[in-house]
Amino acid sequence: MIAIINYGVGNLFSLKSSLACLGLDATVTADPLVIEAADRIILPGVGAFADAKAKLEATGLIPLLKAEAESGKPLLGICLGMQMLFDRSLEYGIHEGLGLIHGTVAPITADLETPLKVPHMGWNALHFTRPDPLFRYIKEGDHVYYVHSYYAKDCAADTIATSEYGVTVTGAVGKGKIYGTQFHPEKSGKVGLAILSAFAEL
Amino acid sequence: MTTKRIIPCLDIRDSKVVKGTNFEGIREVCDPVELAAMYSDAGADELVFYDITASFEGRKLFTDILKQVASRIFVPLTVGGGINTVEDFDRVLNAGADKVSVNSGALRDPELIGLAAKKYGDQCVVLSMDVRRDPDGRFAVYSKGGRERTFREAVEWAREGQERGAGEIVVNSIDTDGVKGGFDLEMLRAISDAVTIPVIASGGAGCIEHFTTLFKTLPRVDAGLAASIFHFGEVSIQDLKKQLRASGIEMRL
Repeated sequence: MIAIINYGVGNLFSLKSSLACLGLDATVTADPLVIEAADRIILPGVGAFADAKAKLEATGLIPLLKAEAESGKPLLGICLGMQMLFDRSLEYGIHEGLGLIHGTVAPITADLETPLKVPHMGWNALHFTRPDPLFRYIKEGDHVYYVHSYYAKDCAADTIATSEYGVTVTGAVGKGKIYGTQFHPEKSGKVGLAILSAFAEL
Repeated sequence: MTTKRIIPCLDIRDSKVVKGTNFEGIREVCDPVELAAMYSDAGADELVFYDITASFEGRKLFTDILKQVASRIFVPLTVGGGINTVEDFDRVLNAGADKVSVNSGALRDPELIGLAAKKYGDQCVVLSMDVRRDPDGRFAVYSKGGRERTFREAVEWAREGQERGAGEIVVNSIDTDGVKGGFDLEMLRAISDAVTIPVIASGGAGCIEHFTTLFKTLPRVDAGLAASIFHFGEVSIQDLKKQLRASGIEMRL
């Protein structure tokens, strides 16, 4: 069973539906016992970092999530959920993340070499920076769906895929069984479903 | 680089997809869930659902339809119509929407844009505007589904929307809507030159060449939205995207 962490941030419906479509058993939960019993964990997220982090803190689940991730239970952070795995975010101030993956979440705008529209919104090609079981069912150059204005940087050691948008955007990270995707697999059509399938087999 | 997007729009009234001409003479088409699934399979990059009567009659969106769609379709969904408060954002996001489009609600209370952007992030807030030329050529913004002229001018409203925190702008030309004579390039140029956030062109698509012209003429426009040509099968999304890519326009196939 996959535990989808419920901390009052939207978009859980689509994620749960996409897992159901794959025949995977998933529960949207904030119950520590359910999370402990789960085979794997998904940390979703949409919106502003500080608001989401405060809501996650309010559930009291952060120590458990860190312990589960560090014990080797597969964890997938999606979009803002991935950003929260990092050391810190610079979105409207400086906010501490979970520190599971080293790096900083920073505004895209500040690093663009040529002016491009932000948010980075839409379908972009995924380039693998190293082979990873998360990508076993998709191929180099497949398109995934992004919507974000901030991106993870200074995290080359754990980056497994990138996309180009005036700057090299960290598309996905992997460190042991701790994973994050900046793009939305639950919104990336068949390619996204294939990534979720692979995560369910880790 | 991101691809250009092709977005079918489904106007919903009484649980049916409808499409009219110049916002009047509305006629029913078919079941929204079936149609949305078909578009998604055909390669639609995103889907937009508008409750076209909500702002006029104060109706709430058909949340159950949205849930059915979101449980079967895994591309981004934008929902609009009857979005007047931050609570309306909550309601549609919880039913599976990814982005929320505000139109009349933002014209009535422009602060709604900023409140929602603060709560959900800029990328969640889509400012949708219905625009019609005045006799002197000024681009006037209309509210209530194109029924009521406001004092606002489209380029200024687009700029203000961006400043308040909108992450994307849909520009629907009432003049070209449903006429199938091509997108309103003049209006779209004026607006896309004035903002830095993505602009979605709406109103007027009649054939594949209209999309080619749109993206070739206005590289700053990010997406083309259409309804009737897709609903009635005049243009298939697969053919459209293949031809656009063959013309050198980046597309997800």
